[in-house]
Amino acid sequence: MTEAPALALDGLTKSFGSLVVSDAVSLSVRPGEIHALIGPNGAGKTTLIHQVSGHLRPDAGRIALAGTDVTAMAPHRRARLGLSRTFQITSVIPAATARQNVVLALRPATAAGLRLWPDPAGDAALAARAGETLALVGLEGRIDIPASDLSHGERRALELAMALAPSPRVLLLDEPMAGTGREESAHLLRTLAALKGRCAMLLVEHDMHAVFSLADRVSVLVGGRIVASGAPDAVRADPAVRAAYLGDEAALC
Amino acid sequence: MKAAGPDTARRLSAAILIPLVLFAALALLPLAAQFGPKAYILSLGTRLMIFALAAISLDLILGYGGMVSFGHAAFLGIGGYAAGILVDEGRGDLLLALPLAMAASALFAAATGYVSIRTRGVAFIMITLAFAQMAYFFANTLSAYGGSDGLSLLARSGVAGLPLMKNDTAFFYVVLAILALAFGACRLLVASPFGQALEAVRQNPGRMAAMGYDTDRIKLIAYAISGTLCGVAGFLLANQTEFVSPSYMAWQRSGELIAMVVLGGMGTLHGALLGAVAFLALEEILSDLTPHWRLVFGPILILVVLMGRGGLVGLIGRMRR
Amino acid sequence: MSTTLLVVQMLNGLQLGILLFLIAAGLTLVFGVMDFVNLAHGVQYMLGAYLAVLFWRLTGSFALALPLALVAAFAIGLALELAIFRRLYARDHLDQVLATFGLILILNDGVKALFGNAPLSLPMPEALSGAVRIMDGLSYPLYRLVLIAAGLAVAAGLALLVSRTRAGMLVRAGASDAAMVSALGVDIGRLFSLVFAFGAMLAAFAGAMAAPLLSVESGMGDNLLVLAFVVIVIGGIGSIRGAFVASLIVGLVDTLGRSFATDILKLAFSPSAANQAGPAIASMAIYILMAAILFVRPAGLFPASRSA
Repeated sequence: MTEAPALALDGLTKSFGSLVVSDAVSLSVRPGEIHALIGPNGAGKTTLIHQVSGHLRPDAGRIALAGTDVTAMAPHRRARLGLSRTFQITSVIPAATARQNVVLALRPATAAGLRLWPDPAGDAALAARAGETLALVGLEGRIDIPASDLSHGERRALELAMALAPSPRVLLLDEPMAGTGREESAHLLRTLAALKGRCAMLLVEHDMHAVFSLADRVSVLVGGRIVASGAPDAVRADPAVRAAYLGDEAALC
Repeated sequence: MKAAGPDTARRLSAAILIPLVLFAALALLPLAAQFGPKAYILSLGTRLMIFALAAISLDLILGYGGMVSFGHAAFLGIGGYAAGILVDEGRGDLLLALPLAMAASALFAAATGYVSIRTRGVAFIMITLAFAQMAYFFANTLSAYGGSDGLSLLARSGVAGLPLMKNDTAFFYVVLAILALAFGACRLLVASPFGQALEAVRQNPGRMAAMGYDTDRIKLIAYAISGTLCGVAGFLLANQTEFVSPSYMAWQRSGELIAMVVLGGMGTLHGALLGAVAFLALEEILSDLTPHWRLVFGPILILVVLMGRGGLVGLIGRMRR
Repeated sequence: MSTTLLVVQMLNGLQLGILLFLIAAGLTLVFGVMDFVNLAHGVQYMLGAYLAVLFWRLTGSFALALPLALVAAFAIGLALELAIFRRLYARDHLDQVLATFGLILILNDGVKALFGNAPLSLPMPEALSGAVRIMDGLSYPLYRLVLIAAGLAVAAGLALLVSRTRAGMLVRAGASDAAMVSALGVDIGRLFSLVFAFGAMLAAFAGAMAAPLLSVESGMGDNLLVLAFVVIVIGGIGSIRGAFVASLIVGLVDTLGRSFATDILKLAFSPSAANQAGPAIASMAIYILMAAILFVRPAGLFPASRSA
């Protein structure tokens, strides 16, 4: 038997009224692999990510996390099984400092969990681990700044640190480069490249430079349906993909 | 909502200083009362502390959890009726009656909270109001226990058979001890992993769920703890006044509890403490001056909302800056 | 339970429902259009009753006092909106709850300071004071029937206003998408002021019409306010039609429940159990209904907003 994929989607279907946003989507992400999901705006990429994370319930199909069926599970239970995500619109805890944000991300996996009385020793250990993760994304100098006072790019990096901190099995990244400046996105790209192999990643991204430099495999979603899937170079050459991106062709190359 | 100021250290010291001063003043109050109208001062002080306990309990869910409960007075009533009924049935000893009052409050909180926390925003305000109204009207129909006229307690609860709370000064210190204990426990709670998660759920429930937190469970636990604590306040209030009636649960009472927390500054605990004391002291002073004290009190409340960000605690913070 | 009793109680329920609708209509519009929780709406009802008494004392005529009270209530509503409420639209619901709670304290105590603590009464207008024979052995006070008719007329007028006029169209649009309305270049501030004052006037109309039937006193609007909230939650926030249907449901369920719950329970349980549980269930019925609707249909029976 071969190793189960870190994440497997099988025939995932979802519609809002008459609008089919996911049309029998099947794809898998192998352990350590970066699988990029691209497609024009409105193709249903974010909706798909929401279904994987459990924020939306699919109408049909199956989602398996390392072989475990999680289709009907609430988001927090999937997270406990090693699924992490970032949001398209940066989502952090604004009043907490960068370090506290990462500590919050680490805690569900610890014994202290939801302890009703303080845990100074545990907190200190988590704070140290949080510091290491923050250094990984280049925020080592901003540890005690409240998230609300961080720049947009820093908040994106913080969110990535929060997603990475608990050493997830699968990481869902919903347009991590969106809205970041040139320098910040270059930094983010280097960070993601350095992280490659630590966990499986499903990457939704419009920045084609990032996609083709990071991804092991690329799937193209158009109108809720996967029209092409394979190695980056093969997908780049696929006529169906070129058709989908017609008028947007420059972005592909 | 609560701003995370850069001057955490200063806020921390206020968090220690304000309750320290308040508790010291309260502890000395019975001594000071010797030189004034003793019974009046003791009774007012006891009342202040009981409502401070209720306000702290509300602050847990309102300030930390972001749940605007507009039915918190229901727990005052449940605790109060538990005291009244148990005393009436000859089972009024604190060691038995207080745990039972807490259990009743916890049960009501768990049942109504289970339904309520699934709603958001205004719906939460309205559904908590609806549940409190149910409790209010239910109490009105409790004909065996006085119905709408309420129920007089034959005596205050004893403590392990001793008439410890009969004496007003002793009762004052019992209430002070319970308040101090509850305040300390709440301080630990909000600093705990649970408390930090609760605050984070208020700010960003979607993120917390994505990190593996069961946000509904966190809110429900907070709601149950808060309701239980407020039930203790109701138990003490019924013992103090030796009377309990449906008016304990009137929706206006729930509004007053919210006003206390916001007036003092929510999400700080000592703000709720200060707010309850300020609210009741103001009520006492103004009603001494004029029968129409609400004509003065109402505008103060509106001004606090329109101008006073952070309530009294915020004001103190700005003055120290 | 005899037929006459049933008919009387249905009429009483209808009357409560109509009063509730007049209060809830303004409340649901303000809530729906401006996303504003106005606890002080109940005191507008009380103000209507006090104003009717005041103008009756000045003019000696109910027919004159009623329109004068409405004009005054409209003006007071407008003044309150300009002075306080418009500063609260952008605030969170907690701030709105608290500030309008403060306003309740002021107005409830204000009328005491001006008119004294003792409840006032407004004599029933001579021409409407008789009773009407509806069926054998049943006559019903004419004034109460007039109140029901007047309320239904206002409801019909309101339905026309909301569905047929430009102002009504804007209000409906505002209830589902305020940003869109202001993007159309409508002076949203003025629209809000008018909606608010109009709602205050409707509540005052209810208060003035109820004044001859009740004792006019401070706090008389407090419990009706809570019932009006029940109505708009059940009906769907921002929906006039929902408010109308829900008002009648609440009015009838509450009134009939209080008179018949015990009898109905006796069909299934022992008399003593029914006597115990009947009043309890009856008085809680509408709140149970509200909680159930909030739980299964959070947007109410007739949701005003259809956004996804």
